[in-house]
Amino acid sequence: MAMFSQNPLMNGPNYSFSDAPKTSAPEGSREHRFDPYTDNGGSTLAIAGADFAIMAGDTRLTSGYSINSRHHPKVFKIGGTTADQHDATIVLSVVGFAADGEALKERLDSICKMYRYRHGKPMSVKACAQRLSTILYQKRFFPYYAYAILGGLDEAGKGAVYSYDPVGSYEREQCRAGGAAASLIMPFLDNQVNFKNQYVPGSGEGHALQERERRPLSRNEVEILVKDAFDGAVERHIEVGDGLQMMVITSNGVEEILLPLKKD
Amino acid sequence: MDHRPQAWGRPRDDVYGAYDYSYLQSGGPKQMTQSPVVTGTSVIGIKFKDGVILAADNLASYGSLARFTDVKRLRVFLGTSVVGFGGDVSDMQYLDRHLNELAIDESYEGGGAQEEHGEKGKLNAANLHTYLHKLMYRRRNDFDPLWNQVLVAGLDAAGKPHLSSVDLRGTAFTSPSLATGFGAALAQPIMRKYAATEEDAARLTRDQAVKVVQDCMKVLYYRDARSLDKYSIAVVTKDGVELKEDEQLEKQSWAFAEQIRGYGTQTV
Repeated sequence: MAMFSQNPLMNGPNYSFSDAPKTSAPEGSREHRFDPYTDNGGSTLAIAGADFAIMAGDTRLTSGYSINSRHHPKVFKIGGTTADQHDATIVLSVVGFAADGEALKERLDSICKMYRYRHGKPMSVKACAQRLSTILYQKRFFPYYAYAILGGLDEAGKGAVYSYDPVGSYEREQCRAGGAAASLIMPFLDNQVNFKNQYVPGSGEGHALQERERRPLSRNEVEILVKDAFDGAVERHIEVGDGLQMMVITSNGVEEILLPLKKD
Repeated sequence: MDHRPQAWGRPRDDVYGAYDYSYLQSGGPKQMTQSPVVTGTSVIGIKFKDGVILAADNLASYGSLARFTDVKRLRVFLGTSVVGFGGDVSDMQYLDRHLNELAIDESYEGGGAQEEHGEKGKLNAANLHTYLHKLMYRRRNDFDPLWNQVLVAGLDAAGKPHLSSVDLRGTAFTSPSLATGFGAALAQPIMRKYAATEEDAARLTRDQAVKVVQDCMKVLYYRDARSLDKYSIAVVTKDGVELKEDEQLEKQSWAFAEQIRGYGTQTV
């Protein structure tokens, strides 16, 4: 019986640890218990107008049912000459896993700053949008778990909003909601920005119904729309609240507005 | 009797069955911290008029065992900032050594010369927080996390009170009051009564803030089973750090315990 033997056994104590038989290694690799991702909640929203774009996000940072911070911004100016971003023309919002969002923001910002240094001019939103997609896709197999939206003015001076998924698929849109309350805000935006399911009263029955004509919204209308969208989201989603941060991008630069939201 | 040194201190094969040598593999996938072992519980912090207060008890637990009862979990950095550690104690000690090196480098860089002019070091609490944030995020990207949540207290570049947190995933944030672990559920609501906003915190006096922190430590000792009545408290202001590492919770009242019904040995 092996238990009475005084000889070193191949499946028992040996003379050095490194001599331990390799055959006793477990099948496959061990399970890694560390999960590198979490969801820090919050919601973002962007709407493009005729000559402006508005980027917005709430300022709550959660982990589970806890509120970590009531003032943690998700909307950032990108690619200014200095750290205070006073001359920035592009705005990025990130929501999802906060640490990845922060890292993504800092990478895009330093890339935009390098572009400005090398070319002597600020990056266009179109170029920046493509570059952001590349950054996200480069980490395709260990993604930044962040839903990004990029906003600015295009070459013609029109408001531009680009939205992304965590691995870099992107498209230019009129408006987009991201994060925890995206599914609550997006249908409201479809109806109020793109006038979906709105018809001219008395224009007919069934297919004969005429759609309400689309018109670009004014800056004031959009600001009210954003506030209403977030007030609605705060009411129905526990991870959204505390403060509303809005960045209004016009040809005069970026204006930041901070409004209170319910803190419950 | 097995006389070979390799067998010393091992569970006896004849009693416990063959030892699982897969735990001693040098090859195979690299093993890294996958769960904390010896742990510290909550760290709490609150800002006041001219500084920040940080507190943590002196216990390091081994699961539910109160293993080490004199472990200092608040660490002074360059005499101007304090870092409070929750989570794995060995990772805390690693970070402590790392911060020691950083502090020495920082002093050589010119901090020493500045000290003669009344300035201590170049790295303020806000800088230190950024540093720890990058360090923790890097380690989570390597799938080799430092299993801690830390609070950083001190002053920022403008001389305003600074209180912030980083966790094992590199998530970083600031708030007028912060608490890790159980403290997030038990102490944070109490602290938020006194410092809900930055403006509220800027009206708190030092004595008021100390009282709030002491009350929170008492609540934590009442309800957190992995806590101790011996704790450390640090007050950071522009004049430096006052660290007391041997505080005792006072005026406890366990009268409420008799009223608790419904679990434990009490059946009626």
